[in-house]
Amino acid sequence: MYPAPFAYHRPASLDEALSLLAAHAGAATVLAGGQSLIPMMKLRVGEFHRIVDIGRLHGLSYIERRGDTVHIGALTRHAQIAASPLAREFALLGDVAGGIADRQVRTMGTIGGGLAMADANACWPCGLRTAGARAVCTSPRGVRTIGVDELIVDSYTTCLASDELITEVQVPLPGAGTGAAYIACKRSAPAYPTVAAGVLIALEGGVCLRARIVLGGAGSTTVVSAEAEAALRGSAVGPEQLAKAAELVVGAASPPADARGSESFKRAMLRSLVVEAGQRALARARGEQTTGGHRYA
Amino acid sequence: MPETIQPVFVEVVVNGYTYQREVEPRLLLVELLREELGLTGTHVGCDTSYCGACTVLLDGRPVKSCTVLAVQADGSAIETVEGLERDGELHPLQAAFSEHHALQCGYCTPGMLMACKSLLDENPAPGREAIRKGIAGNVCRCTGYQNILAAVEDAATKLRGA
Ligand SMILES: Cc1cc2nc3c(=O)[nH]c(=O)nc-3n(C[C@H](O)[C@H](O)[C@H](O)COP(=O)(O)OP(=O)(O)OC[C@H]3O[C@@H](n4cnc5c(N)ncnc54)[C@H](O)[C@@H]3O)c2cc1C
Ligand code: FES
Ligand code: FES
Repeated sequence: MYPAPFAYHRPASLDEALSLLAAHAGAATVLAGGQSLIPMMKLRVGEFHRIVDIGRLHGLSYIERRGDTVHIGALTRHAQIAASPLAREFALLGDVAGGIADRQVRTMGTIGGGLAMADANACWPCGLRTAGARAVCTSPRGVRTIGVDELIVDSYTTCLASDELITEVQVPLPGAGTGAAYIACKRSAPAYPTVAAGVLIALEGGVCLRARIVLGGAGSTTVVSAEAEAALRGSAVGPEQLAKAAELVVGAASPPADARGSESFKRAMLRSLVVEAGQRALARARGEQTTGGHRYA
Repeated sequence: MPETIQPVFVEVVVNGYTYQREVEPRLLLVELLREELGLTGTHVGCDTSYCGACTVLLDGRPVKSCTVLAVQADGSAIETVEGLERDGELHPLQAAFSEHHALQCGYCTPGMLMACKSLLDENPAPGREAIRKGIAGNVCRCTGYQNILAAVEDAATKLRGA
């Protein structure tokens, strides 16, 4: 299967990339790792007449800690993030980056592309929202930093302008007493999650100060619920509170029935993933080094 | 809208040999290898980024060559299954696949071998679980994988000893 013919640009700098996008306002498509875009071009889902390949902007490929924040260049590959010591320090990053697809896809796919694609079932939107991450976006008009929850406005839709690129992702590192985990339910490794859950819990003196629960594959974008998070706050989080919170957040979800599963299967799976991710987040908040993969069903 | 699409000059080093071609931007890496360079060892299975039959190494890392444009590979070193054998000697992975019956129809084998090679390059002593994860992007319809796991373990031992 061949993509339809397209004109190809390979800018050598960020400025050149932005000028190209501005010059072809709305008629040019950014290519990063191509692990979402190339399959779409081959299946001819959408029209792509002009491709701006940002894959050589090596200056956008880095993962480093500055103070309490992890800075990740938009072109950093999933595999690079998974292999970084920072993915062990903040294990949620490892859950996401190391659990996407397979080694082949992780070689090419980038964190910027994973966010910009805004797929409701994908891993970075859910995982990064759990972490409270922000996206640095650059256009000819300058730089703005927006929360991942504001960046993604609907299924496959971001608030990025046609001449705007995600250039960096900033992830606040959890302090002592805070833990987070992301777990997806997948049919096989090279398949998008059927559903997924990210949970972050901040403990002080054994009591939950702050909680975040984010669901993936549960609607047109990631799903959160203030009531569910309130159900954890102020408690010594245990199985009972997690089950209650899971009930509440899944109540706010509307997982679509599709080839991956019925709505009731997805709801049951989401409830169980919230509890499991909650327990892993708790263990990490207590300083335990736990890893664990996705669930296959 | 229609305009003449400019071909793009691409230089790749495949299994140690340098090739230069003018290609259409839409040419896939697997088509560059198979159709332009005549290296038909790399197979196309699903052509939808799923099965891993088309796996080659791009600067040492595994990729699905049906999901990479040739222009993305410009300037890179590529390893394909044709590069495994040296001076008429099978690569230890190839020998172990043969000994352990790790292939039946052989369709998945070129991609499987390249995925396994990159796994052992990264981790010379993987346990069974690491091997399973390492080949999670490669589908085999025939073997049931058990013999592949045994072959990779055996090849890893031999490669460490060599
Ligand atoms: C077989 C397979 C299995 C997969 N499984 C999973 C999975 O389990 N979980 C998961 O999360 N993902 C999965 N993916 C998707 C994968 O993670 C992609 O890497 C990711 O969705 C897109 O990243 P990319 O760099 O390849 O982007 P591309 O495909 O190059 O681009 C994707 C979109 O983002 C835009 N874009 C890219 N970079 C930027 C930027 N910096 N600024 C603005 N716009 C940009 C592009 O224009 C395009 O619209 C899978 C993909 C495949 C092929
Ligand atoms: S042919 Fe490339 S992944 Fe199947
Ligand atoms: S040997 Fe036939 S598909 Fe693997």
